[in-house]
Amino acid sequence: MALTLLDKVWQRHSVADLGEGFHLLFVDRHLLNDLAGRGFLTLNRRGLPLRHPELTFAAADHTVATLWNAQEDPRGINNAYAKNLRENAATHGFRLFDVGDADHGIVHLVAAEQGLALPGLTIACGDSHTCTLGAIGALAWGIGQSELVHVLATQASVQRKPGSMRINLEGSLPESVTAKDVILHSIGRLGVAGAAGYAVEFAGPVIARMSMEERFTVCNMAVELGARFGLIAPDETTFVYLAGRPYSPRDRQWDAALQDWKSLCSDQGAEFAVERTIDVSLIEPQITWGTSPGQVIGIGENIPQTGVSDGEAANAARAALDYIGLTPGAPIKGTPIDMVFIGSCVNGRLSDLREAAAVVHGRKVAPNVTAWVSPGSEPVRRAAEAEGLADIFRGAGFKWGRPGCSMCAGSGDLMREIASPRQRVVSTTNRNFVGRQGPGSRTHLVSPSMAAAAALEGCIADVRDLR
Amino acid sequence: MAEPFTTLISHAVPLLRDNIDTDAISPGSRPQGLGVKTEFSEKGTSRLAEELFANWRYDQSGQERHDFVFNLPQFRSAKILIAGANFGCGSSRESAVWMLKEWGIRCIVAPSIAEIFTNNCFANGLLPVTLPETIVRELADEAQPGAPAALFRVDLSANSLVTPSGRTVGISLPEFRRRALLEGLDELAVTLQDQNQIAGYLVRARREWPWAYQLKALL
Repeated sequence: MALTLLDKVWQRHSVADLGEGFHLLFVDRHLLNDLAGRGFLTLNRRGLPLRHPELTFAAADHTVATLWNAQEDPRGINNAYAKNLRENAATHGFRLFDVGDADHGIVHLVAAEQGLALPGLTIACGDSHTCTLGAIGALAWGIGQSELVHVLATQASVQRKPGSMRINLEGSLPESVTAKDVILHSIGRLGVAGAAGYAVEFAGPVIARMSMEERFTVCNMAVELGARFGLIAPDETTFVYLAGRPYSPRDRQWDAALQDWKSLCSDQGAEFAVERTIDVSLIEPQITWGTSPGQVIGIGENIPQTGVSDGEAANAARAALDYIGLTPGAPIKGTPIDMVFIGSCVNGRLSDLREAAAVVHGRKVAPNVTAWVSPGSEPVRRAAEAEGLADIFRGAGFKWGRPGCSMCAGSGDLMREIASPRQRVVSTTNRNFVGRQGPGSRTHLVSPSMAAAAALEGCIADVRDLR
Repeated sequence: MAEPFTTLISHAVPLLRDNIDTDAISPGSRPQGLGVKTEFSEKGTSRLAEELFANWRYDQSGQERHDFVFNLPQFRSAKILIAGANFGCGSSRESAVWMLKEWGIRCIVAPSIAEIFTNNCFANGLLPVTLPETIVRELADEAQPGAPAALFRVDLSANSLVTPSGRTVGISLPEFRRRALLEGLDELAVTLQDQNQIAGYLVRARREWPWAYQLKALL
């Protein structure tokens, strides 16, 4: 029988069939962040040990501060959350990539950089953007705090097998259109519940040509399509990316792994419950105009008219526009802004910073704008500094930070890295929900180069005008 | 052991917006709020209900907004929430469920409910019910008068929901989920009984995919 990639990875991890599509799945890698503290309290209260510390890995990312003075040693700066994770790592004996360490970063980036995420594995983490790691051909999903305790105690998780959905991305990307634009556009087309209940496999020539970093960007926002899992079949690009990483298999194990990984693709003729094709050839750089990632348009388009309909979508659009402070029917380009944020688990990688720096080079941030860059991990930060990207950003007036979730979830530096009410933020992050970047904050999601363009122009801008 | 869920008789609060995300239910970035702090500590849960939908419930001076349905007197003691499609989408934060529960909600009815949120509901003894959108709309209409008139009855053992007008709507959920709710079973306690099965799996997996588990040697 022809199987999908989802079928293959799911089958091999099923410890028990619980009926009606539910399985007890073995979890090969459990990733923790700094919001796992309560889970450990529950574990301790119930007198349970951490079942597999050697399969558990952690990095503090949500609450850490990302803007340090150059003189400060980040290891000395800690907060209750980072400290708590450190204590739990010491008590329970799992590997922590600690704040300030050479390999620290946002946990989804760390897992990829360290070779912890491998094709065919199952990966769970108490963060909905764990689907990022599906780009490597792993089954990676976000869990809640109770599910987290379950994984700590058993190294397994009760999950319903999702339906299979494939999104074929065809055509070729126009100039200045990036992986971020592709996924934003897909969400706009299919809706924020367009893949609810499914695992989405992204496929097609556009994916085949993408780098691993671009693929992470695409899979990161599978959850914004309503899917708990995003997947991309591993190929030569994946194998080259994984070779030689600290936790990647080596020597004979590598050969065995590679042989296995080459079988991890959806078979010819495998049936998907839902299949969609999107041609990317005509899309523009994208920008969200509302308070849901699906409220997105091309930069050259006007803000939608909401009409007089009292349908749910029209009501939602009116509420969103009221909150975000934009006029229906007006161009979005030229809207004045207050802040720019470049970073996060969707766009905090080296290629993202290169893309933004290429726009920034030799120019200045507009005086009305506070702009900052938070590299997604310490390796990204070091590489960006080594190749002069940090100097380009700093020279233009950007703040240059350390890794963390920072402004993405409005939780960075214990909820101090936020925008003020009514401030307009152009952000390379993945959610534009009401209050996401601080109470009353107004978020526009874009690619790194579009964020850079907005910082320089002081308003929502089309990066193609700056080329 | 959670509190068993058997029969629930209550009026229902209608909030028919689609795509209500967990940031809206449990705002993370309110400087004065609990937000992410709830994910960190088992203490301080008594204030969880105050933070529920905080950005919608309070105006900028911190006063309750009278145009938000959760603030209306006829809905204040509702145990059922009738919501729009894709309820609970976004962040995996379980505080969204804790806040709803602390406020008093035990059952959520919507055309669709996000998957992580659904699992978080079951883990906390809340019943998530999905029904076709037209039916959800009709239920919301019936819920509109609120307390004391518009009482619904959810009977999990009979798989039914009875509306104030006496209409019976069938509900369905996976049998093992239903049993766990009815008996107040704790999923972790159940799985711990299968620990040997999990250990057996790992022995087999290590043999078949040794490259996946050779991590200790590298530490």
